[in-house]
Amino acid sequence: MKYIDSFRDTNAIRGLVSKIHSVAGKIGKEIVLMEVCGTHTMAIARAGLRQLLPENVKLISGPGCPVCVSPNSFIDKAIAISELKNTIVTTFGDMYRVPSGNGSLEKQHSRGARIEIVYSPFDAIEIARRKPENNVVFIGVGFETTAPVIASVIKYAKQEKIKNFLVLAGNKIIPPAMEILVSDVHHHLDGFICPGHVSVIIGSKPYEIFPEKYNIPCVISGFEACDILQSILYLLEMIAGMEKISVKIQYTRCVDPEGNIKAKKIMNEVFSVCDSEWRGIGLIKSSGLAIKDEYKQYDAEYMLDVSVNISHDRHGCICGDVLKGIKRPVDCIFFKKVCTPENPVGPCMVSSEGTCAAYYAYEK
Amino acid sequence: MCLAIPMKVISKKGNTAIVDLDGVRRQIDISLVSRVKIGDYVIVHAGFAIQKLKKKDAEETIALLKEVNSEIHR
Ligand code: SF4
Repeated sequence: MKYIDSFRDTNAIRGLVSKIHSVAGKIGKEIVLMEVCGTHTMAIARAGLRQLLPENVKLISGPGCPVCVSPNSFIDKAIAISELKNTIVTTFGDMYRVPSGNGSLEKQHSRGARIEIVYSPFDAIEIARRKPENNVVFIGVGFETTAPVIASVIKYAKQEKIKNFLVLAGNKIIPPAMEILVSDVHHHLDGFICPGHVSVIIGSKPYEIFPEKYNIPCVISGFEACDILQSILYLLEMIAGMEKISVKIQYTRCVDPEGNIKAKKIMNEVFSVCDSEWRGIGLIKSSGLAIKDEYKQYDAEYMLDVSVNISHDRHGCICGDVLKGIKRPVDCIFFKKVCTPENPVGPCMVSSEGTCAAYYAYEK
Repeated sequence: MCLAIPMKVISKKGNTAIVDLDGVRRQIDISLVSRVKIGDYVIVHAGFAIQKLKKKDAEETIALLKEVNSEIHR
């Protein structure tokens, strides 16, 4: 699509960078901005945006990669399910290689387990239809962007009376994790670059507590270089006192303040909010989605009898702190030496949107 | 993982549509978005349209960027 070029235009980038320098100069002190979405992390690294920013503006990456924040216990469950008889595990490609102390789905596959990578959970339904003698389990990871998609498919399975389709529910909700980070004493944050496609679904309201309670501005950003720079500029203008501290939408072409009402409705029909464990952060109240009782027959955890050995992190991997934005990949002793995308030690290197993978590929 | 891309609706039937991006075509579900028309751009994630791309807002952002650009070169 041609219009995309306008968001990558080098003159516009230059213009935004120069404005950013002038506002940052006025602020003077160090400003720490967190991008919460893994797609932003990747886009920032790819476009080399960090190098364009003034010295006093730091961008740090947050817990924005759904596979990276899935704890070992979740991966262990997926692995245990793949060992059941007459079972096919289906997963998004991102999850396939993510290791826990017990291995990974990829390793299970090489040992003979039946694992299929799918693009959409609908593909898993198709497999279930074609192979009625098997249970087809979909590994349901993702934030609010993905949750309505998984909810739709569960609802469809019920309508169509498909009985051999199950979901291992691991969907997570982003704002509660952001709140944990701002209330963490180790953290000083001046602004959030909020995830564009999560916000397509949830809109801008769930972020309002950040300006209101913590005086932290938020900008919901698109994913092109100009989108991200414009969002940084908006944040700096609010921090400098030129604009009121609030939640702004930069990604207006896709995000409505109220979000996608239809998608939220179906999400609430199938899922209820539950506490959920995040890698590196621990249990966060009301940050996960569980399958409601009406749809329990599709809940893999409820329906399948699996015994799970919960494993520990690889010793030395600091993914947990990287996800909180406390440490950078370069602070890890394994980074680039032992841990590479070909031979990843932790999930932040495996996932294409993990912070370690982004730094490995693009950052100096 | 929250990657979602705008694709153009080529045809539709009930809850499904065929979308196109640079010649790559795909069948998607459009039940999460109201009033999808042929010719619309929809944001596609994991086989579903999750929103329509609003052309007018895209143009407004582009106009803003042009403005920044001309301010700098003045
Ligand atoms: S570089 Fe590898 S080992 Fe170190 S934190 Fe990142 S993923 Fe973990």
